[in-house]
Amino acid sequence: MGWQKQVLRVDLTKGTTSVEPLNMEWAHAYLGERGLATKYLMENMDPKADAMGPDNVLIFATGPLTGTMASTSGRYAVITKGPLTNCIACSNSGGKFGAELKFAGYDLLIIEGRAAQPSYLHIVDDMVEILPADALWGGTVWETEAAIKATHQNPLLKVASIGVAGERGVFYACIINDLHRAAGRSGVGAVMGSKNLKAIAVHGTKGVTVDDPAAFMSAVKETNKLLADNGGVKELTEFGTHAMIDMMQEWGSLPTRNFNEVQFEGTHKINPAASTTKNANGHQNLLTNKACFGCTIACGRIAHIDEDHFTIVNRPRYRGASGGIEYEAAFALGPVVGVDDIDALTFASFMTNEHGMDPISFGVTLAAAMELFEMGVITEADTDGVALNFGNAEALTIMAEKTGKYEGFGQILGLGSKRLCEKYGHPELFMGVKGQEFAGYDARTLQGMGLGYATSNRGACHLKHDTFGVDMEDTSGDGKAQVCKDSQDFTSMVDSTGLCLFTAGALGMEGYQKLLNSACEGDWTAERLTETGERVWNLERQFNLAAGITAADDTLPKRLLEVPAPSGLAKGRVNELGKMLPEYYAARGWTVDGVPSNETLSRLKL
Amino acid sequence: MQKSLLITPELCTSCLQCEMACSFEHGGVFNPAKSRIKVFEFEHGRRAVPYTCTQCAEAWCMSACPVEAITKNAETGAMEVEDAVCVGCKVCTIACPFGTINYNADTGKVLKCDLCGGDPKCVEACPTAAIVYVDADWTGYDRMRAWAAKTDAQPAP
Repeated sequence: MGWQKQVLRVDLTKGTTSVEPLNMEWAHAYLGERGLATKYLMENMDPKADAMGPDNVLIFATGPLTGTMASTSGRYAVITKGPLTNCIACSNSGGKFGAELKFAGYDLLIIEGRAAQPSYLHIVDDMVEILPADALWGGTVWETEAAIKATHQNPLLKVASIGVAGERGVFYACIINDLHRAAGRSGVGAVMGSKNLKAIAVHGTKGVTVDDPAAFMSAVKETNKLLADNGGVKELTEFGTHAMIDMMQEWGSLPTRNFNEVQFEGTHKINPAASTTKNANGHQNLLTNKACFGCTIACGRIAHIDEDHFTIVNRPRYRGASGGIEYEAAFALGPVVGVDDIDALTFASFMTNEHGMDPISFGVTLAAAMELFEMGVITEADTDGVALNFGNAEALTIMAEKTGKYEGFGQILGLGSKRLCEKYGHPELFMGVKGQEFAGYDARTLQGMGLGYATSNRGACHLKHDTFGVDMEDTSGDGKAQVCKDSQDFTSMVDSTGLCLFTAGALGMEGYQKLLNSACEGDWTAERLTETGERVWNLERQFNLAAGITAADDTLPKRLLEVPAPSGLAKGRVNELGKMLPEYYAARGWTVDGVPSNETLSRLKL
Repeated sequence: MQKSLLITPELCTSCLQCEMACSFEHGGVFNPAKSRIKVFEFEHGRRAVPYTCTQCAEAWCMSACPVEAITKNAETGAMEVEDAVCVGCKVCTIACPFGTINYNADTGKVLKCDLCGGDPKCVEACPTAAIVYVDADWTGYDRMRAWAAKTDAQPAP
């Protein structure tokens, strides 16, 4: 058990829904969530298919531990081909939607085809209907969730939906569930929009059972204690991921003004301390912390904006509380665009949530546009009369709203940084990999992070490996390849369980083993789990290779490879990818061209 | 000594561990849809409030039940539903002013908090002590004590 052993398949072209048994052979080889959905994606589509076409397949996947009492069990993943990257997209979200899908009886929801008109899915256990969404189309995520609950007179529905950004194909549109949790990266929301699918609303009453309840509850007690006693986890509870900003500033790995600098002079105005300090009006940005489903950490932030702030002074709609800034939003709506106004960051973050787009990609794209503006390549004639200088808080908030609503220059920003920089003849200003923008860690200071960015299967990403430990020890590229590879495999496994990556440090392999061994049938040894993670990684790589990715795409922008870090711990350093990448391919058992060797494939039974 | 659940909403993060613990204790399944305690969120999650039966001394549900399926557990003070007697008429769900007794269509019986026989699992599961189990006669003790501490506060010398 653990798994519901059922897959819900929806063909939007034909307007049909069907339930099929979960392929248990695959579940035993790929666990669930990220891994299992990758296998289903591979078997259900041609990786060469147009990401925005009807032949792309969109999978919502829970893991065997999703919806159980194991802490952080609210996770689900969206697996599809991403339009931003033309690679496999793998976007993980929390909130309550994922567990609800599992409670309705499904491990996976596979969406195929394209609806003839705007539609949404309504699922209550075995009842599945495709309903017209004409009245919802054009609405925000927040409006959509409220309207669907009202229509069905069912406040227990959990909703995942897209905003206008997803409807109109903003390349980094995301899927938002529970108002402010996001399957954020690679444009999975644009894929949903391309399918004319506005929302999925689900209520489940079946619950989840485990194989050995007594052993599982004892494993839950043990792992919850590991979390409660862990110093890093305690910091997450108190400060959220936001705490990273002070550390990155100190190290000099906080990308600033489109990665021209690595430290930001305004950090103290947008850090956790600033969020809990009253301004002259007596206003404090941060209100409280909040948990996703089943989570005993509760790293989420709930914040509000000063009523007198320029962004909302005439807009009472935004006076209430909502999801506050966490580290990646703080970086992407702050230092990388040079803005140090915490309420402006919060408003921009509200915009990215309400209209459904990835704040990382939006912010880093805006940073490139700001650099182009300061170079004189684009002018106010291009930007709807807005002065796109670094540090302009008003420009940030206006452009966040315009992009979310797909208006004016927001349509250009919606292309993402790579396409935008190419459009204006400066591809070198794109700060990302495989079409996806970097997260808030500079790869000159954090060498292993750079290797992780270059080799992540969904394009630049900070969540698919964990090299912080070795990157903190020294700022060279030495010894990073093996750690990067091993942590990628471990992370792939964690992402396939249904639990949050933030449990990884406290639980370790043994923690996952205890939970899985009692929840699921089978013997989940450390070796087997490690191999499962490696299998998932290699299968993702195979998807990308089949989609047309080559070793030449495993690279970093020249700014990180050739321009030394101007300050910080790694002052004078560039990223040593040229040295690390061959070591990494060798550690992976891949050819010098980055292709898994036949031996590797047969060892992993691929 | 009887004990009561004491809920402090400010401490609740809305993780729903309580709902899972409740459904697991009563049905062996993690299933918030069958939980006898529910967490309600307001203002995009700014406030979260766990809510369940307070075990009224003169319980409306018990008075309304036509078959005397609801009885008081003398030891815990909990109003308990005897499934073998309950006919699923739902009159108790109408009588309860707080909505904390609800019908379960799967079993044809009603569900309400029974304090798990004196060892409430929601309390054990709550990671923030938003739900605790304390002396029924002194649920206000900690709050009273906190205010008492302020009462003789002297200005700094």
